[in-house]
Amino acid sequence: MAEEAKGGGLEFHPMDQFIIKPLFGDAGDQVGMFTITNATFWMAAAILAIAALMILGTRGRAVVPTRTQSVAELAYGFVYKMVEDVAGKDGLKYFPYIMTLFLFILFSNFLGLIPMSFTTTSHIAVTAILAMAVFLAVTILGFVKNGASFLGLFWVSSAPLALRPILALIELISYFVRPVSHSIRLAGNMMAGHAVLKVFAGFAQVAAVAPIAIFGVVAIYGLEVLVSAIQAYVFTILTCVYLKDALHPSH
Amino acid sequence: MEGNIAQMGQFIGAGLAAIGSGAAAIGVGHVAGNFLAGALRNPSAAAGQTATLFIGIAFAEALGIFSFLVALLLMFAV
Repeated sequence: MAEEAKGGGLEFHPMDQFIIKPLFGDAGDQVGMFTITNATFWMAAAILAIAALMILGTRGRAVVPTRTQSVAELAYGFVYKMVEDVAGKDGLKYFPYIMTLFLFILFSNFLGLIPMSFTTTSHIAVTAILAMAVFLAVTILGFVKNGASFLGLFWVSSAPLALRPILALIELISYFVRPVSHSIRLAGNMMAGHAVLKVFAGFAQVAAVAPIAIFGVVAIYGLEVLVSAIQAYVFTILTCVYLKDALHPSH
Repeated sequence: MEGNIAQMGQFIGAGLAAIGSGAAAIGVGHVAGNFLAGALRNPSAAAGQTATLFIGIAFAEALGIFSFLVALLLMFAV
Protein backbone atom coordinates (compact mmCIF):
# COMPACT_ATOMS: atom_id res chain seq x y z
CA MET A 1 0.00 0.00 0.00
CA ALA A 2 2.92 2.30 0.66
CA GLU A 3 3.99 1.95 -2.98
CA GLU A 4 0.60 3.07 -4.27
CA ALA A 5 0.84 6.28 -2.28
CA LYS A 6 3.88 7.34 -4.33
CA GLY A 7 1.74 7.68 -7.44
CA GLY A 8 1.53 5.07 -10.14
CA GLY A 9 2.68 2.37 -7.78
CA LEU A 10 4.87 -0.62 -8.49
CA GLU A 11 3.51 -2.48 -11.47
CA PHE A 12 5.47 -5.59 -10.59
CA HIS A 13 6.52 -7.23 -7.40
CA PRO A 14 10.33 -7.62 -6.95
CA MET A 15 9.90 -11.33 -6.28
CA ASP A 16 7.81 -11.96 -9.42
CA GLN A 17 10.94 -12.79 -11.39
CA PHE A 18 11.39 -16.01 -9.43
CA ILE A 19 7.99 -17.49 -10.34
CA ILE A 20 8.28 -20.74 -12.28
CA LYS A 21 6.04 -20.67 -15.33
CA PRO A 22 5.38 -23.36 -17.92
CA LEU A 23 7.09 -22.42 -21.18
CA PHE A 24 4.24 -23.70 -23.35
CA GLY A 25 0.54 -23.18 -22.63
CA ASP A 26 -1.09 -20.75 -20.24
CA ALA A 27 0.68 -19.13 -17.32
CA GLY A 28 -1.73 -20.65 -14.82
CA ASP A 29 -1.19 -24.27 -15.92
CA GLN A 30 -0.21 -26.88 -13.41
CA VAL A 31 3.58 -27.41 -13.20
CA GLY A 32 4.27 -31.14 -13.01
CA MET A 33 7.50 -33.04 -12.68
CA PHE A 34 8.23 -33.09 -16.42
CA THR A 35 6.69 -29.76 -17.43
CA ILE A 36 9.07 -27.65 -19.47
CA THR A 37 9.29 -24.40 -17.53
CA ASN A 38 11.41 -21.29 -17.74
CA ALA A 39 13.77 -22.91 -15.21
CA THR A 40 14.28 -25.86 -17.55
CA PHE A 41 14.88 -23.50 -20.44
CA TRP A 42 17.53 -21.43 -18.68
CA MET A 43 19.30 -24.50 -17.32
CA ALA A 44 19.43 -25.90 -20.85
CA ALA A 45 20.72 -22.53 -22.05
CA ALA A 46 23.53 -22.68 -19.48
CA ILE A 47 24.49 -26.21 -20.57
CA LEU A 48 24.45 -25.20 -24.25
CA ALA A 49 26.56 -22.12 -23.54
CA ILE A 50 29.16 -24.20 -21.68
CA ALA A 51 29.20 -26.82 -24.43
CA ALA A 52 29.58 -24.10 -27.06
CA LEU A 53 32.45 -22.45 -25.18
CA MET A 54 34.30 -25.69 -24.63
CA ILE A 55 33.69 -27.31 -28.03
CA LEU A 56 34.18 -24.20 -30.14
CA GLY A 57 37.04 -23.06 -27.96
CA THR A 58 39.08 -26.22 -28.14
CA ARG A 59 38.25 -27.12 -31.75
CA GLY A 60 41.12 -25.22 -33.29
CA ARG A 61 43.76 -26.32 -30.73
CA ALA A 62 45.92 -23.47 -31.96
CA VAL A 63 49.32 -22.79 -30.42
CA VAL A 64 48.44 -19.11 -30.39
CA PRO A 65 44.90 -19.27 -28.93
CA THR A 66 41.95 -17.39 -30.32
CA ARG A 67 39.79 -15.37 -27.92
CA THR A 68 37.33 -18.23 -27.31
CA GLN A 69 40.13 -20.72 -26.83
CA SER A 70 41.93 -18.54 -24.30
CA VAL A 71 38.71 -18.11 -22.29
CA ALA A 72 38.18 -21.88 -22.29
CA GLU A 73 41.81 -22.46 -21.30
CA LEU A 74 41.63 -19.84 -18.55
CA ALA A 75 38.51 -21.44 -17.05
CA TYR A 76 40.12 -24.88 -17.19
CA GLY A 77 43.39 -23.73 -15.71
CA PHE A 78 41.70 -21.71 -12.98
CA VAL A 79 39.63 -24.62 -11.68
CA TYR A 80 42.50 -27.09 -12.14
CA LYS A 81 44.81 -24.96 -10.01
CA MET A 82 42.12 -24.47 -7.38
CA VAL A 83 41.55 -28.23 -7.03
CA GLU A 84 45.28 -28.87 -6.94
CA ASP A 85 45.94 -26.20 -4.31
CA VAL A 86 43.06 -26.99 -1.98
CA ALA A 87 42.34 -30.71 -2.38
CA GLY A 88 45.88 -31.82 -3.21
CA LYS A 89 47.29 -33.97 -5.99
CA ASP A 90 44.99 -36.94 -5.26
CA GLY A 91 41.97 -34.67 -5.51
CA LEU A 92 42.67 -34.13 -9.19
CA LYS A 93 40.88 -37.40 -9.99
CA TYR A 94 37.62 -35.61 -9.16
CA PHE A 95 38.48 -32.49 -11.16
CA PRO A 96 35.90 -33.12 -13.95
CA TYR A 97 33.01 -33.03 -11.48
CA ILE A 98 34.24 -29.85 -9.82
CA MET A 99 34.80 -28.22 -13.21
CA THR A 100 31.22 -29.13 -14.19
CA LEU A 101 29.85 -27.64 -10.97
CA PHE A 102 31.85 -24.42 -11.38
CA LEU A 103 30.88 -23.85 -15.00
CA PHE A 104 27.22 -24.68 -14.45
CA ILE A 105 26.89 -22.30 -11.51
CA LEU A 106 28.91 -19.55 -13.17
CA PHE A 107 26.91 -19.70 -16.39
CA SER A 108 23.56 -19.95 -14.59
CA ASN A 109 24.46 -16.91 -12.50
CA PHE A 110 25.59 -14.89 -15.51
CA LEU A 111 22.63 -15.89 -17.69
CA GLY A 112 20.37 -14.80 -14.85
CA LEU A 113 21.80 -11.29 -15.16
CA ILE A 114 20.37 -10.86 -18.67
CA PRO A 115 17.28 -8.65 -18.30
CA MET A 116 13.99 -10.57 -18.39
CA SER A 117 15.79 -13.86 -17.87
CA PHE A 118 15.39 -16.31 -15.04
CA THR A 119 18.08 -17.22 -12.50
CA THR A 120 17.96 -20.96 -11.94
CA THR A 121 20.48 -20.81 -9.10
CA SER A 122 18.20 -18.49 -7.11
CA HIS A 123 15.98 -21.48 -6.37
CA ILE A 124 16.84 -23.58 -3.35
CA ALA A 125 15.47 -26.61 -5.22
CA VAL A 126 18.35 -26.33 -7.70
CA THR A 127 21.15 -25.46 -5.31
CA ALA A 128 20.00 -28.02 -2.72
CA ILE A 129 20.37 -30.79 -5.30
CA LEU A 130 23.87 -29.54 -6.18
CA ALA A 131 24.87 -29.32 -2.51
CA MET A 132 23.32 -32.69 -1.57
CA ALA A 133 25.13 -34.35 -4.47
CA VAL A 134 28.42 -32.92 -3.19
CA PHE A 135 27.62 -33.91 0.39
CA LEU A 136 26.65 -37.50 -0.46
CA ALA A 137 29.56 -37.94 -2.86
CA VAL A 138 32.05 -36.65 -0.32
CA THR A 139 30.65 -38.74 2.55
CA ILE A 140 30.61 -41.95 0.52
CA LEU A 141 34.06 -41.19 -0.86
CA GLY A 142 35.41 -40.61 2.63
CA PHE A 143 34.16 -43.96 3.88
CA VAL A 144 35.30 -45.81 0.76
CA LYS A 145 38.79 -44.29 0.85
CA ASN A 146 39.43 -44.35 4.60
CA GLY A 147 37.00 -46.87 6.03
CA ALA A 148 36.12 -46.31 9.68
CA SER A 149 39.07 -43.95 10.14
CA PHE A 150 37.00 -41.35 8.28
CA LEU A 151 35.26 -40.84 11.65
CA GLY A 152 38.58 -39.38 12.85
CA LEU A 153 37.34 -36.21 11.19
CA PHE A 154 35.06 -35.75 14.20
CA TRP A 155 37.63 -36.74 16.83
CA VAL A 156 39.96 -33.78 17.29
CA SER A 157 43.09 -35.54 18.49
CA SER A 158 44.99 -32.29 19.14
CA ALA A 159 42.48 -31.15 21.79
CA PRO A 160 42.57 -32.13 25.49
CA LEU A 161 40.86 -35.47 26.13
CA ALA A 162 38.09 -33.99 28.27
CA LEU A 163 37.06 -31.61 25.50
CA ARG A 164 37.02 -34.16 22.72
CA PRO A 165 33.45 -35.51 23.15
CA ILE A 166 32.05 -31.95 23.13
CA LEU A 167 34.14 -31.06 20.09
CA ALA A 168 33.01 -34.28 18.42
CA LEU A 169 29.39 -33.21 18.87
CA ILE A 170 30.10 -29.75 17.45
CA GLU A 171 32.03 -31.24 14.53
CA LEU A 172 29.18 -33.66 13.85
CA ILE A 173 26.60 -30.86 13.77
CA SER A 174 28.81 -28.69 11.59
CA TYR A 175 29.30 -31.62 9.23
CA PHE A 176 25.57 -32.15 8.77
CA VAL A 177 24.69 -28.48 8.24
CA ARG A 178 27.22 -28.28 5.40
CA PRO A 179 24.69 -29.01 2.64
CA VAL A 180 22.28 -26.47 4.20
CA SER A 181 24.72 -23.59 4.29
CA HIS A 182 26.30 -24.67 1.00
CA SER A 183 22.99 -24.46 -0.87
CA ILE A 184 21.38 -21.50 0.88
CA ARG A 185 24.50 -19.36 0.49
CA LEU A 186 24.25 -19.55 -3.29
CA ALA A 187 20.45 -19.35 -3.53
CA GLY A 188 20.20 -16.56 -0.96
CA ASN A 189 22.89 -14.42 -2.57
CA MET A 190 21.37 -14.78 -6.02
CA MET A 191 17.81 -14.18 -4.86
CA ALA A 192 18.64 -11.19 -2.65
CA GLY A 193 20.79 -9.53 -5.32
CA HIS A 194 18.22 -9.88 -8.06
CA ALA A 195 15.42 -8.70 -5.80
CA VAL A 196 17.46 -5.58 -4.96
CA LEU A 197 17.92 -4.94 -8.70
CA LYS A 198 14.16 -5.11 -9.22
CA VAL A 199 13.45 -2.89 -6.23
CA PHE A 200 15.75 -0.20 -7.65
CA ALA A 201 14.15 -0.66 -11.06
CA GLY A 202 10.80 -0.08 -9.38
CA PHE A 203 12.03 3.24 -7.95
CA ALA A 204 12.95 4.36 -11.47
CA GLN A 205 9.30 4.96 -12.35
CA VAL A 206 8.95 7.56 -9.61
CA ALA A 207 9.97 10.72 -11.49
CA ALA A 208 11.61 12.49 -8.53
CA VAL A 209 14.17 9.78 -7.79
CA ALA A 210 14.46 8.25 -11.29
CA PRO A 211 17.97 9.59 -12.13
CA ILE A 212 19.39 8.35 -8.83
CA ALA A 213 17.56 5.04 -9.20
CA ILE A 214 19.00 4.44 -12.67
CA PHE A 215 22.55 5.05 -11.39
CA GLY A 216 21.67 2.76 -8.50
CA VAL A 217 20.58 -0.01 -10.86
CA VAL A 218 23.81 0.29 -12.84
CA ALA A 219 25.92 0.19 -9.68
CA ILE A 220 24.02 -2.77 -8.22
CA TYR A 221 24.27 -4.57 -11.56
CA GLY A 222 28.05 -4.20 -11.47
CA LEU A 223 28.05 -5.53 -7.93
CA GLU A 224 25.87 -8.45 -9.02
CA VAL A 225 28.32 -9.41 -11.77
CA LEU A 226 31.01 -9.58 -9.09
CA VAL A 227 28.77 -11.53 -6.68
CA SER A 228 27.81 -14.02 -9.41
CA ALA A 229 31.44 -14.88 -10.07
CA ILE A 230 32.41 -14.92 -6.38
CA GLN A 231 29.53 -17.19 -5.38
CA ALA A 232 30.40 -19.68 -8.12
CA TYR A 233 34.00 -19.56 -6.85
CA VAL A 234 32.96 -19.98 -3.21
CA PHE A 235 30.69 -22.94 -4.00
CA THR A 236 33.50 -24.62 -5.90
CA ILE A 237 36.21 -23.95 -3.35
CA LEU A 238 34.03 -25.27 -0.53
CA THR A 239 33.49 -28.41 -2.58
CA CYS A 240 37.28 -28.70 -2.78
CA VAL A 241 37.58 -28.22 0.99
CA TYR A 242 35.00 -30.94 1.65
CA LEU A 243 36.81 -33.20 -0.81
CA LYS A 244 40.08 -32.61 1.04
CA ASP A 245 38.38 -33.52 4.32
CA ALA A 246 37.14 -36.76 2.75
CA LEU A 247 40.54 -37.68 1.34
CA HIS A 248 42.59 -36.70 4.41
CA PRO A 249 40.20 -36.84 7.39
CA SER A 250 42.79 -36.44 10.17
CA HIS A 251 43.00 -33.11 11.93
CA MET B 1 -5.76 -3.30 10.29
CA GLU B 2 -6.24 -6.97 9.67
CA GLY B 3 -4.41 -10.18 10.46
CA ASN B 4 -3.93 -11.81 13.79
CA ILE B 5 -1.47 -11.61 16.62
CA ALA B 6 0.34 -14.81 15.60
CA GLN B 7 1.14 -13.32 12.21
CA MET B 8 2.45 -10.20 13.87
CA GLY B 9 4.74 -12.33 16.02
CA GLN B 10 5.92 -14.11 12.89
CA PHE B 11 6.87 -10.86 11.19
CA ILE B 12 8.55 -9.43 14.27
CA GLY B 13 10.51 -12.65 14.68
CA ALA B 14 11.58 -12.59 11.04
CA GLY B 15 12.74 -9.01 11.45
CA LEU B 16 14.70 -9.90 14.57
CA ALA B 17 16.31 -12.84 12.76
CA ALA B 18 17.47 -10.43 10.08
CA ILE B 19 19.73 -8.80 12.71
CA GLY B 20 21.86 -11.94 12.39
CA SER B 21 22.63 -11.00 8.79
CA GLY B 22 24.12 -7.75 10.04
CA ALA B 23 26.20 -9.65 12.57
CA ALA B 24 27.47 -11.90 9.78
CA ALA B 25 28.37 -8.77 7.82
CA ILE B 26 30.53 -7.63 10.76
CA GLY B 27 32.26 -11.02 10.74
CA VAL B 28 32.89 -10.98 7.00
CA GLY B 29 34.24 -7.45 7.19
CA HIS B 30 36.53 -8.49 10.00
CA VAL B 31 37.94 -11.37 7.94
CA ALA B 32 38.45 -9.23 4.85
CA GLY B 33 39.90 -6.30 6.80
CA ASN B 34 42.39 -8.44 8.64
CA PHE B 35 43.39 -10.12 5.40
CA LEU B 36 44.03 -6.73 3.85
CA ALA B 37 46.00 -5.58 6.88
CA GLY B 38 48.19 -8.67 6.66
CA ALA B 39 48.45 -8.49 2.88
CA LEU B 40 49.72 -4.91 2.97
CA ARG B 41 52.45 -5.88 5.42
CA ASN B 42 53.63 -8.75 3.26
CA PRO B 43 52.21 -8.41 -0.26
CA SER B 44 54.31 -11.26 -1.65
CA ALA B 45 52.60 -13.80 0.61
CA ALA B 46 49.08 -12.49 -0.07
CA ALA B 47 48.48 -14.13 -3.44
CA GLY B 48 48.74 -17.63 -2.02
CA GLN B 49 46.20 -16.91 0.69
CA THR B 50 43.21 -15.68 -1.34
CA ALA B 51 41.66 -19.17 -1.25
CA THR B 52 41.94 -19.15 2.54
CA LEU B 53 40.34 -15.70 2.55
CA PHE B 54 37.32 -16.92 0.65
CA ILE B 55 36.99 -20.04 2.78
CA GLY B 56 37.08 -17.86 5.90
CA ILE B 57 34.48 -15.51 4.45
CA ALA B 58 32.28 -18.46 3.51
CA PHE B 59 32.42 -19.91 7.03
CA ALA B 60 31.74 -16.54 8.65
CA GLU B 61 28.83 -16.07 6.32
CA ALA B 62 27.36 -19.51 7.05
CA LEU B 63 26.03 -18.43 10.44
CA GLY B 64 24.41 -15.36 8.93
CA ILE B 65 22.76 -17.71 6.47
CA PHE B 66 21.19 -19.62 9.35
CA SER B 67 19.54 -16.44 10.62
CA PHE B 68 18.30 -15.79 7.10
CA LEU B 69 16.96 -19.35 7.07
CA VAL B 70 15.12 -18.71 10.35
CA ALA B 71 13.59 -15.57 8.86
CA LEU B 72 12.51 -17.49 5.75
CA LEU B 73 11.01 -20.28 7.84
CA LEU B 74 9.07 -17.77 9.94
CA MET B 75 7.79 -15.95 6.89
CA PHE B 76 6.79 -18.90 4.74
CA ALA B 77 6.82 -22.18 6.65
CA VAL B 78 5.33 -21.50 10.09
